[in-house]
This record gives sequence, C-alpha cells and structure tokens, in this order.
Amino acid sequence: MRIKCPLCGERDRREFYYVGDAVLIERPDAEAGDQVWDDYLHNRDNPAGITRDLWQHEGGCGAWIVVSRNTVTHETLGVELAEARARKIGRGAS
Amino acid sequence: MGKLDAKSPCDGLLPIEIGAARLSEVEMTRLTSLAPKPGQEAAFSKALKAAHGMALPAPNRATGKAGARALWFGKGQGMLIGPEPEAGLAAHAALTDQSDAWAMVRLEGAAAEDVLARLVPVDLRQSVFKRGHTARTMLQHMAVSITRISGEAFLILAFRSMAGTLVHDLETAMKGVAARRGA
Amino acid sequence: MRVADKGLVDRSKPVRFSFDGHSFEGLAGDTLASALLAHDVRFVARSFKYHRPRGIMGAGSEEASALVTVGSGGAQEPNIRATVQEIYDGLEARSQNCWPSLNYDVLSFNDLFAPFLGAGFYYKTFMWPKAFWERVYEPIIRRSAGIGALSGTHNADQYEKAFAFCDVLVIGAGPAGLMAALTAGRAGADVILCDEDSVLGGRLNGETLEVGEMAGADWAAGAVAELGAMKNVRLLPRTAVTGAYDQGTYGALERVSHHAAAREGRPLECFWRIVAKRAILAAGAIERPIAFTNNDRPGIMMAGAVRTYLNRYGVAPGQRITVFANNDDAHRTARDLVAAGVHVAAVIDSREAAPQGDGYEVISNAQVCGTEGRKGVEAVSYCRANGTVDKIQSDCLAMSGGWNPTVHLTCHMNGRPNWHGGIHSFVPVPGAIPGLEAVGACNGAFSTHRALVEGAEAALRALGEVGLQGQKPLVPQAEDARYRIAPLWTVEGKGRAWLDFQNDVTVKDVRGAAQENFRSVEHMKRYTTQGMAPDQGKSSNVAALAVLADATGRGIEETGTTTFRPPFVPVAIAALGAGAQGKGFAPERHTTSHAESLRRGAPMIEAGLWYRPSYFPALGERTWRQSCDREVNMVRNAVGVCDVSTLGKIDIQGSDAAAFLDFVYANTLSTLKPGKVRYGIMLREDGHVLDDGTTARLGEDHFVMTTTTAAAGQVMRHLEYVHQCLCPDLDVAMISVTEQWAQFAVAGPKARDLLNGVVQESIDAESYPFMGCGAVTVAGVEGRLFRISFSGEHAYEIAVPARYGESLFKLLVGKAEALGGGAYGMEALNVLRIEKGFITHAEIHGRVTAEDIGMGRMVSAKKDCIGKTMSERPGLSGPERAQLVGLQPVGVVKQMTAGAHVFPLGAAPVRANAQGYITSACFSPTLGSTLALAFLENGRARHGEEIVMVDHLRGVTTRCKVCDPVFFDPQGGRVRG
Repeated sequence: MRIKCPLCGERDRREFYYVGDAVLIERPDAEAGDQVWDDYLHNRDNPAGITRDLWQHEGGCGAWIVVSRNTVTHETLGVELAEARARKIGRGAS
Repeated sequence: MGKLDAKSPCDGLLPIEIGAARLSEVEMTRLTSLAPKPGQEAAFSKALKAAHGMALPAPNRATGKAGARALWFGKGQGMLIGPEPEAGLAAHAALTDQSDAWAMVRLEGAAAEDVLARLVPVDLRQSVFKRGHTARTMLQHMAVSITRISGEAFLILAFRSMAGTLVHDLETAMKGVAARRGA
Repeated sequence: MRVADKGLVDRSKPVRFSFDGHSFEGLAGDTLASALLAHDVRFVARSFKYHRPRGIMGAGSEEASALVTVGSGGAQEPNIRATVQEIYDGLEARSQNCWPSLNYDVLSFNDLFAPFLGAGFYYKTFMWPKAFWERVYEPIIRRSAGIGALSGTHNADQYEKAFAFCDVLVIGAGPAGLMAALTAGRAGADVILCDEDSVLGGRLNGETLEVGEMAGADWAAGAVAELGAMKNVRLLPRTAVTGAYDQGTYGALERVSHHAAAREGRPLECFWRIVAKRAILAAGAIERPIAFTNNDRPGIMMAGAVRTYLNRYGVAPGQRITVFANNDDAHRTARDLVAAGVHVAAVIDSREAAPQGDGYEVISNAQVCGTEGRKGVEAVSYCRANGTVDKIQSDCLAMSGGWNPTVHLTCHMNGRPNWHGGIHSFVPVPGAIPGLEAVGACNGAFSTHRALVEGAEAALRALGEVGLQGQKPLVPQAEDARYRIAPLWTVEGKGRAWLDFQNDVTVKDVRGAAQENFRSVEHMKRYTTQGMAPDQGKSSNVAALAVLADATGRGIEETGTTTFRPPFVPVAIAALGAGAQGKGFAPERHTTSHAESLRRGAPMIEAGLWYRPSYFPALGERTWRQSCDREVNMVRNAVGVCDVSTLGKIDIQGSDAAAFLDFVYANTLSTLKPGKVRYGIMLREDGHVLDDGTTARLGEDHFVMTTTTAAAGQVMRHLEYVHQCLCPDLDVAMISVTEQWAQFAVAGPKARDLLNGVVQESIDAESYPFMGCGAVTVAGVEGRLFRISFSGEHAYEIAVPARYGESLFKLLVGKAEALGGGAYGMEALNVLRIEKGFITHAEIHGRVTAEDIGMGRMVSAKKDCIGKTMSERPGLSGPERAQLVGLQPVGVVKQMTAGAHVFPLGAAPVRANAQGYITSACFSPTLGSTLALAFLENGRARHGEEIVMVDHLRGVTTRCKVCDPVFFDPQGGRVRG
C-alpha cells in the first residue's frame, strides 16, 4: 500500500504510523459533556467504504495527515495535512 | 580539570570500500536545525541567503554546496550543514544545535544506487532523484535523511547512537551488491 | 533418454549431481527433472497423503508431484520442485515423504487403507473420545502428516530484499511479454521484465513454432539481447512475481544463486518489492490433467511438458509414448516426437472430429480409462465409444485436458475471474488489479500471433498512461491456429482418479464433499484440501470445479471458483524477512559510554533499542547483587556516575512554548522561572498517565523537556500531534536533542565536590539550588548542568555535546572513584528509585491515573490540558481504585516479586479476591529489607495494614505490611542538602 504524503510524495505504507479516525482533530471543549467526549474518544463507526483517518508520516517528514480511503477497494481518495484540516475547522490556536 | 577528547560517531568504523561502492564518514561540522516561525518562511529564507548564500530549501530539495549546505529535513524543518549560523537568523526561526546528534556518511560509486535499493523504500533512480534532491525516509529500520550530492554520491544522516547499525546495514548491502556485480 | 540434436542444453558442459545418493551426469541448462528424465528416472517422489509413487508431471513452477529436498544441514530445503531446480556440479537432491527409502516406504500402507482415508476422514474419525484429540490423535497425525522436513538447525544462507520502481512491469517473458517489453523499452520507458524461468522466452523455448520466419527460441533470444542492451530495461530472470498489492506494488521472488555451485557471497534469494506505474501480465497458461483411474503413475505427464523436455532439453521422457487429449494443441506433442524420431504409440483423442495423424495413429472418440505398472506406467487402457477396451504398451502417457490461463495475480485483490466458454476456463476480469492488464495466453489468447499482438497493444496503452509515446511495432509472423477443444474433465471408471496431485484429492473426494452438502466451492476446498498451499491448485482447480459443478447439477460458471491468494509460488520466510537476521533485526542504540562500560565488564541490558549497563562488577564480586548493593551504597554514601543520555530530550522554542507546555502537561509549566527545572506529568486524552519527566526553562521562550527512555518516541509523536492537529498556529517548534547531548547523573553526598573538580564555574547551594539549571564549561566545552535527582540524593545531571561523552564519562568516573564512589548501572538505579518511591513505566503502565499514583493534585484546576476532562470522570479516581503503596515483608518469607498479586489476609489467593499487584521489587541495602511498590485498592488509606502477596508463577507467598511508597528519607532532606 502506498500513501501520497502532501510534502514527500508517494511513499510506502511502512513509513506511516496509523492512529485512527480523523475525528481526533475535532477536540471538544472541556465542558462539552460526557456524550460528546465519548464520541470523540471512543465511539467509532466501522464502515465498509470510505474512512477518513489520521496517520503520521513518522518514517519520513513527520507530518500528521488525514487520509481518505475506501476500505473496500483500497483506493486512496485524498490526503491533506492535518494542520490544514484543523485550520479549516477553526482550531488553529486551539 | 581534565581535557575532553572528541570522538566522531563512526570512529573506527569507516571508511570501507567494497566493489564499486565506498562508504566514508563526513568530517564532523556544525549542524543546525532550522524551524522558521509561523509565517516567516520567506523572511527567514532571505536572511539565510544573505547570511550563508543559500535559500531555505523547498520540500525534498537541498540548497548550497559542500561546505555550506541546507537540507530540507522534514515538515517545517531545515538542516544547515557547515556554517556557524549567523545570530540574526534566530529572529525568524528556532535554531537548535544538532552537530553531535547525527552520524553523517557519504556513500558513493557506481553501485551506490543499487546498495540503497536494498535498504531504502524510496525511488532513488537518477532520473527521479537528481543531484540536490533529498528525502526523509527509512534505511532498513532507521529514520534517515538521504541527499544526492553528485551523480554517484549520497549524503546520509542517521542518529548518532545508531552509527554502528548504519554501517552494518550498509556494509551488508554493499557486500551483497558487490557479489552480484562480480557474478 | 537424451535425443540427438535437440534442445537448448549445452552438450559440451557435463554437470555432476546426485539424487538419493546416486551420482548422475546432466548437462548445463538442465533442470533436475530434465536431467533425471534423461537417465530414465521416472519415480522421484511419494505423494502427500497416501505415499503413492509419483513422477515428474510438468516442466514448470506448477509442478505438483516432483517435490524433492535439496542440500543438507542448516541449508536443507524441502519441497523444491525438481522442474524448477537447475542442476550444478555437486547438487545433492533427495526424495522426501518416504522412509526408509523411496522404493520401500513404510507409510505407503496408507494407500491400502485409502477407502477409509478419503476427505473428511479425520474430521469424522477422531471426534471422540474428546480427550484423545490433544494427547493421542493429534501427535500421531502430526508425525505422519506434512511433506518434506526442515533440518531444525540454523540456516546460514543469506537472503536479500530490494526495492525497485519502474514505469512498466512486465510479468512473464513469453511471446506476449517480450513483445510488450520491446514496445515499452523502445519508447524509453523504465521497464522491469520478470520471468520465473532461467531462460527468457516462455513457451517459445519449449515449442518448435516459428516467429518471424525463425525458430521461436531464436526470436526470443534476439528479443532478450535487444532488451538487455537497453539501459532503461531491467531483466529479472529466475524471478516469480508472487503477489499484486495496493497502489501498484508487486512482490517478486528472485532465485539468485539456487543454481550455482559456489555462491561467492551472493544471497540465495532476493525478495523484490516493485512499484510499477503500469503492469502487463503475460503469465501464460497452465495445462490441466484429465482425471481417470490411476492417472498419477510416474510416466504420466502433461503433453506440453513432454514437448518442453523434448524441444528445450533434448530429452524424450519415454520410448513408446501415448498421447491422450481433448484438444488440437496436444497433437503438437505427437508431431514433435515423431519428427525427433521418438515412437508415438497412438494419440487417443476424446473428440469424434479429431484431426488426422501426421505420421502417427489417432484413435478418436476414445478415452484413457486406466494404466498399469507398479512404480511407473507400463501400459495404457482406453475405451472406445462402443465400450470396447484396448490396451497399449507404453512407458509414457502425455495428457492434456486443455489450458488454464494463469489468472492468479489478477485474483490477489479479490478479483474473481470470468468463465470463458470458448476455452472452457477462467479469464481475468479487466481492472481486477488497477493498472494491470493481462495479455496473451493468461488472457485466453492462445495463439502466438495473438500473444504478440496483445503484448504490443497493451504496451502502447501503458505508455500512454505513463505519458510516453510508443511506436506501434511490426509484429512478426507467427502461427494463429484456432484453439479447438471439447471439454473432458473425468473419465468414469473404477478406482481412484486424481484431481489434485499435491494434496492427494480424487474425483470421489470432491463428489463426497458435494454429498455431504459442502456445495460451495469454498466449503469443498476446505473439506477436501483441494487447491491448498503450496501449489494453490494451479493445475487442479478448474477440473475440481467441473466435478463439483457436475455433482451439484450446476454449470461451472454458476459454481464459481475459489480465489487465488498470494504468493504465486512458495516464498521462504527468510526471504520475506531478509535483512532482519541477527544484527539486522533492529537498530542498536549505543550511548557514548558504551565502549567504556564494556571495557569495565558491564553486562548490557536492552532498554527499548538502547543498550545500558546493568552493573559494573568490581574485583571479587561474583553475583549481580553484590555489585548492585555496592553501587547503591556508593551513591548513598559517596558519589555515583550513571549515563542517562537515553532519556528523551526535546528542545522546545517559541513565543507560545510555555502555553503549549501548559496544554500538554497536567501541571503548570508557564510559571517556571528561567534557570529552573520542574517535574511534570503528561496525560493521555483518556485521562491516564502517558509519561513523566522534568522540564528545564533555559530562557523565556526556550525549554528542554526530558521524557522517560521508554516513551521518548511516543512523547515526541504526541507533542507533534497536539501541535499539528490541535493548535497548528501556536508559535512553538519542537525537536529531539536526545542524540545531541551525552548526559550523566552525578549523585551522592559528594556530588558537588566532584563537579567542582570538573566544571569551571563554582557550584554551590546558591548557584545551583535543588531544581536549578544553567550553562557550565567543562574543559572549554560548553555544557549544561541540572540539579535534579532520581536517587533521592544530592544530585546533578551534566550534559555535553555527544562527541565529548566518552571522555567526560571517563573523567567523571575517575573523579568519583577518587572520592570513594564510581559508576553505577541500571540495577542500582532501580533500587535507588524504589527506595524513594519514584515511578517508572513499571508503574505508569498505561492503565493508571494521576490520582492512582498520588499525583491527583498536580492536575491543575486553573487550566485545560490534554486528558483533564476525562480524568475527572467517575471511575478514574476514588477509593475503589488501586493506589500506589509501598510493601515491606513482615513474616518469615522476605521475598517479594514484581507481577505478584496481593490479597487480604485470610482470603483465598484467587482472582476474585485480588486487590492489586506488585509492579517493582528489590532488595534495599540501605534499609536491609526487600521493598516493593504495588497498586492496592484504596491503598493510601491502608498504610499499616497487613496483606499477603502471592506469586503463583514462582510459588512465593509473602506476608507484608502496607506503607507509604517513599521508604527512604521521606522528608527529602538529602536531596536538598
């Protein structure tokens, strides 16, 4: 499997560290309540289809990236820097 | 009060030459990691150019030449090799002395590309990875920086503590490639 | 028998090898199979299950019968296909799956019990009594099952791995593959051409067909020469592409020196990981057998293989050869044999409209229904449509049930091939592997002309896809015969008819599966083992499906096929793991004091990838405890030196650095003054402790954080995550400086005296109070000094650039020895910290909270931090949780062990009664007692209570008293002194 790092270009999967659902970027406020925090940290869908996951190019440039993938066809649909995603949702300075 | 002796990372291990590949240690020099502050990449690059003659390298590229070189070193990071960084640079970037943190070796020769193809999962063919191209990647199990500094020569940086393993892994690959080329 | 003037073998180069201890002479270019057949050795193996005599059936990697063992000692390799193994001077091959010898094999009695041993026998027979399975049945079955054997000793062979990248990967170098490679190569594309054979050319080397008005083999050699001269083309002979993976990645196994008498430093095999923008699959086709009674005798071969032995190796596998076929292609075998002067007894063709013989007799509308001969075929019986049975004396039967396209790779990403009625077999589904196109025989195009055309056309398309302009090549003249076949899968008759020669599966077994209602192909496969590893049903799959389809009253298309999984040919684990043997397993991280520690006789202990000294034995010390106790006393009473460079050190700079640290640490760091150090704990977002360590503020916007050795990488990753994913706009830059600094702990009442003899600055209570830090100069070298302690003693850590590390270590240890101290290792370090109740990852193991370790109040109420919200949830604090305590023995037994569980006095030591566990234990020479750190339910409220620790593994039961985890100097007077 190969992933296209937005900085380094396409690289072998062995260079990447997998974390899980990219929802981890969307950290709730401290007072958001138990349900919101549970969903943020623990509750996950397991779709046969498109997922959006957080990876780190640990064996390369160190960038955290969001990878959209189809778990059925193994296609990689898109990759973006996690920081770009964080800024998009207004979390630049937390 | 005693005197402190300096020891290079690959002390006693290099150089070695096997077949058409030669591996040698690059003499220890000043290494400075460069992390431009948010939004100051351009200003920093300009200052770097003024101070040391090379711009801040774009991703996957190296600038400068032997003696004063800058490598792209990962997300938001460069590595200045050679000069003592001019003090004013710190206004635009976080500078950190890394002179002792990296084992720095040079792999060269007609077989160098074949040797790296045994260890590195990145396309290093001359047509794709040209002089002045650099990559942060893995060599066997180690995080490394690899730069093509001439047609048949690569500059490789690995953690100082792993210098023994770096030489071991490269030497094993050099032996295998040499035996194949001999056959 | 060798035939004059035929073949590509070198008759001027004899090669000596042995098989089962007998010496033979072959020719350069021979495989073990062709060389044995040249000597009329037909019986070479015993079958998997029934130990039936087996011979050589094929001439390629699909061989299911002729499996042998090559080599001896650690280099012994079982299950080598004799059809793939090239001979070399000194090659030693042996038959396998037989004892005491191939001819007299004890387990061949299995064959007599065959009526009872069919598919499903084991499942049904060894069901009861249940207790017998593990103790009786399984060991017996295991002893007699399996095929081939490993030596059981270390294999010293070298294996290699390699990465390659190309525009176009061509898999298979027959006419289609060569044409594709030529077209792509001439256009300047980077091409890799792989073929499992030692000689490129595919079927062209085994046939008498012409290409471009020359012998096919000569055309192939010319094409290979042209490709070999192109700098942009890499030829990989002896290389089987074993798997197709995501995003254009392919695995390929190169047999580098299996064929060489002397390896001369070369690896045995190389496993390639090839990344190709486009791939062209030109893998050809595999001929399938027909199932008839006793169709497995040595001497019964595939018709195409017989041609290969004749045309490529100059070997006739028999003197009176009969051909049995349902298609025109097999008639070539008869024609080639007759042309070479070999007697063809007859061609038995199952079709009514069989072609006329050309110098040989054709018996049409007839089927072979049996064979005779004990250890090799001697006669062939055939049955005409009217029911009459005749017999032909024959020592070789060349059979062909048609050809199956080699679709395997196209199934590796879950593609299911389509049924093709014209060829009565499966063909690949286009697009089954993104970027890969199948051409030629593996695409169901069986004529040489079509192969050449498809190869060229696919290459042109691939060139377009990678942005190159190709030239449509002149496709040379070649035969374009129609593939004529009438399906014939089985011949009815008494006795066993074999479908899968590797797994000993018969027609009856497949029908039995259907009868037992294993009607799905997947169930049939598992019930009968048909098509399982290592050959993955290369020759047997389609026929087995046909039998299942027939037995279940469905068509083959409807029945479907099982999928083929990687690898296409067996791959040794050693090849997959190449480079990871011995020192290649993982990097070794050495500190700058490594060599000096070894010189002082210190045994090394692994800490992650680091190697750290356990202890430094002094003259006369016989056990590690003696050394450890001495080193502890040394630190408590004089001064000790320990290399702590392995702790993670992270340089953090930026105007938002302090705010960032407040966010990642549970406690507050922003209030720390420059020149000071503070201890901090870091939580995971789920509220549990991630790591702990000290952070020094070197300047307003400049910090150095230390992490534990174990979690250094994890913490760095965590900090990068928090920065890039949660607050990317903060002005903070982090970089590891672990490798930059060699850092040593100098600990003990005489630590200050020692340092004042080493650094230029004056170290006193004012310049360096407890938790102070600053820059120092050591013999002109700029270093850093931190007054921190992991031993509870008056202690410092001094850091210099790593190049000076060894020199400084020697200097410090020398000075320490002069003061009555010396170097100490991990064992002493551990005792010192347990005496003080300091935690390591033995305690913060991932399931404990700050509250559990008595640091709940460190989680600042004034700010948010990672993990804060979740740490406040019910269940993550409170008396029901196990809390950190100290334990000391109070009974006769003094031993305490890490991992032991703790129970209330009088309670049975069973899981339901366990109230916690011990995480660390040691003997404390300072207190003259064993000590332990443990987690105990509501432990902080139970100081003074007696409990029992029980270690079921080591058989230790110890009565102990609960106490505060800080055993020594609880007021901390020594550290401030």
